Amino acid sequence: MPERIINLAEALRECLAESAARDSNVLVLAEGAEDPVPMFGTLRDVGERATAEQVIEMPVAENGLVGVAIGAAMMGKRPVVSFQRVEFALLAFEQIVNNAAKAHYISNGEHKVPLVVRLVVGRGWGQGPEHSQSLESVFAAFPGLKVIMPAFPADGKGMLAAAIEDDNPVIVIEHRWCHYTTGDVPAGYYTESLDGPRRIREGSDVTIVATSYMVLEAMRAADALAAAGVQAEVYDLRVVRPLNLSAIEESVARTGRLLTVDTGHHMFGVGAEIVAQIAQRRFGDLTAPPRRLGLPDHPTPSSRGLVPGFYPDAARIAEEVGDMLAIPVDKVAGVVDDLRRLRGDLPIDVPDPFFKGPF
Amino acid sequence: MDDHASVASEIEPAQLLRLHRQMLFLRMVEEAIAVRYAEQEMRCPVHLSVGQEAAAVGVCEALLKTDHAFTTHRCHAHYLMKGGDLVRMLAEIFGKADGCVGGRGGSMHLMDRDCGLEASVPIVGASIPLAVGAALADRLDKKDHISVAFLGDAALEEGAFYEAANFASLRKLPVLFACENNLYSCYTHLDQRQPSRNLTALPKAHGIRAWEVDGNDVGAVHEAAHEAVTHVRSGQGPAFLLMHTYRWLEHCGPDNDDHLQYRPEEEYGLWRERCPLVVSAASLRERGVLDDAVEDAMRAEFVTRIDEAFAAAKQAPLPEPAAAAGHVYA
Ligand SMILES: Cc1ncc(C[n+]2csc(CCOP(=O)(O)OP(=O)(O)O)c2C)c(N)n1
Ligand SMILES: [Mg+2]
Repeated sequence: MPERIINLAEALRECLAESAARDSNVLVLAEGAEDPVPMFGTLRDVGERATAEQVIEMPVAENGLVGVAIGAAMMGKRPVVSFQRVEFALLAFEQIVNNAAKAHYISNGEHKVPLVVRLVVGRGWGQGPEHSQSLESVFAAFPGLKVIMPAFPADGKGMLAAAIEDDNPVIVIEHRWCHYTTGDVPAGYYTESLDGPRRIREGSDVTIVATSYMVLEAMRAADALAAAGVQAEVYDLRVVRPLNLSAIEESVARTGRLLTVDTGHHMFGVGAEIVAQIAQRRFGDLTAPPRRLGLPDHPTPSSRGLVPGFYPDAARIAEEVGDMLAIPVDKVAGVVDDLRRLRGDLPIDVPDPFFKGPF
Repeated sequence: MDDHASVASEIEPAQLLRLHRQMLFLRMVEEAIAVRYAEQEMRCPVHLSVGQEAAAVGVCEALLKTDHAFTTHRCHAHYLMKGGDLVRMLAEIFGKADGCVGGRGGSMHLMDRDCGLEASVPIVGASIPLAVGAALADRLDKKDHISVAFLGDAALEEGAFYEAANFASLRKLPVLFACENNLYSCYTHLDQRQPSRNLTALPKAHGIRAWEVDGNDVGAVHEAAHEAVTHVRSGQGPAFLLMHTYRWLEHCGPDNDDHLQYRPEEEYGLWRERCPLVVSAASLRERGVLDDAVEDAMRAEFVTRIDEAFAAAKQAPLPEPAAAAGHVYA
């Protein structure tokens, strides 16, 4: 097969177009569904091979329209509601938590809510406190919801297709910077299982479990650490709920060390749950206390002056690993310096092109 | 309930000249931001108000400094007209420590409590209930301030508007809902989002008195705002002011995005002809209070003021990273 290198945004667009074309029950709702650049281009031409009724322009009315989508889903439609920021779905939180997450349970299994809600994390360029939050752990707090975080194009295309096929409500959290990751993506319709994490790098010294964009920072850190003789095993968590940690358990049994890296706050974050479960089940295998990286305990400031230190990056991950492994400080410092040098003069609030891939 | 459709402008020339000046100032500030945005020193999203100046100017002219204003992502004009400081606004957009919120918020979170600009909230509809809450507090404290919620046409799709309007009307709270209908939410026309009906029917259904004006005629806006504010301040309950206007630049950012062809060229052309500054200038020139010399002098004055403000904002220091952790709890 010839390579088809495209980015995640384009891969998601293909998935939506193919899903809508093959199943007329798939409905695509968004504010600006028919914009010139709908949903960062991910909805461009999605209705072309489907029927016109399948693409629905949403009034700026999040709670009501997500409720409408849930009602339609209960009757057998497969709505995909897209929001340009995670924050806009907070207005629909009531419907998502009380109706979408619980309709199947409350109806004693009679109702199904095959709903997909796509949310974008808007990091960078001074987006500030209400346009950049990564709230996966908030949604993951509710039984009945599935929460997925695709990082790579081929995987993301199949994951979104699986989410649309799924008979449960699925929250898809897309990091805006991951939209730019590129890779070889199969043409045509396919699904990727929502079964759990994928190992993307083998190693024996430490297990790093990262979500979404942080997977890319973790990979970069792992590459740099390898130059210093440290072998990090890196997992892309992919599916936050249901949380399947069997592969992570097995990995930690070998490495004895666990580091989680969240795109959201580290307090009450995804990493907190992972660390708790691993500590309970694999306490005896751990040779060092597990650690969590994530956002600090305050909102996201807008100014580039306030952002340094806010987001974990490859250098911080390498530092943390060095500390966990008690590697001599000067040896880690070299790795960290190299990573910082790689970034060069790039401003802090724009994505580093390193992660674009292809992967 | 009587209909307060189109208020004819009977404004005094001197006052109209002042309003014209303020609109020119706003226009020049926003255009200066647009021109300098490419320098990539203003590193946050900006929603400019070019074309919509008459709304902010006309409404704020009817307010007192002690009145509370709450606004949206498109807040520069409201902030400045309520009395906000230009240097602190620009410093905020530049992400500087001297910014009106210390660089925490950027362009979408402007505020200045000293002049009653209490908050700008970039979540559509989210600041409307805050204005009603401020009005409730003033009522309880027996203060005679009023509150204003600036909102766009899209906010009329949000539940928050209806819930807040219901309560404001129920309690006859002193709040003015000032709605700038610029026909669009980002790239999406009103017709694709709402059924066709007069937007004033919405507040009226809640028993709220409504005024509707040409939002590009600053005299008419001010007169209607003055009537609405008088109604609110007299304790008769909330009011709604619908102003028809148009955004010239892209929804977010410094450029014109009409190459994307999401809105008809003729539509934009018609609104440009009805530029608020052209409308006021025509009236002023007719009445002999504005000529080229006066206009040029105003421009020269503002160029200097704006240049100085940009220089000050640029020179201001960035905040220290450690400051980001402050003020999480009171
Ligand atoms: C709850 C919510 N939904 C969606 C958005 C995205 N958004 C930002 S501005 C905007 C347009 C709002 O239109 P309008 O209220 O008419 O104000 P205008 O931009 O025209 O001034 C939208 C949809 C948001 N900020 N908040
Ligand atoms: Mg609008």
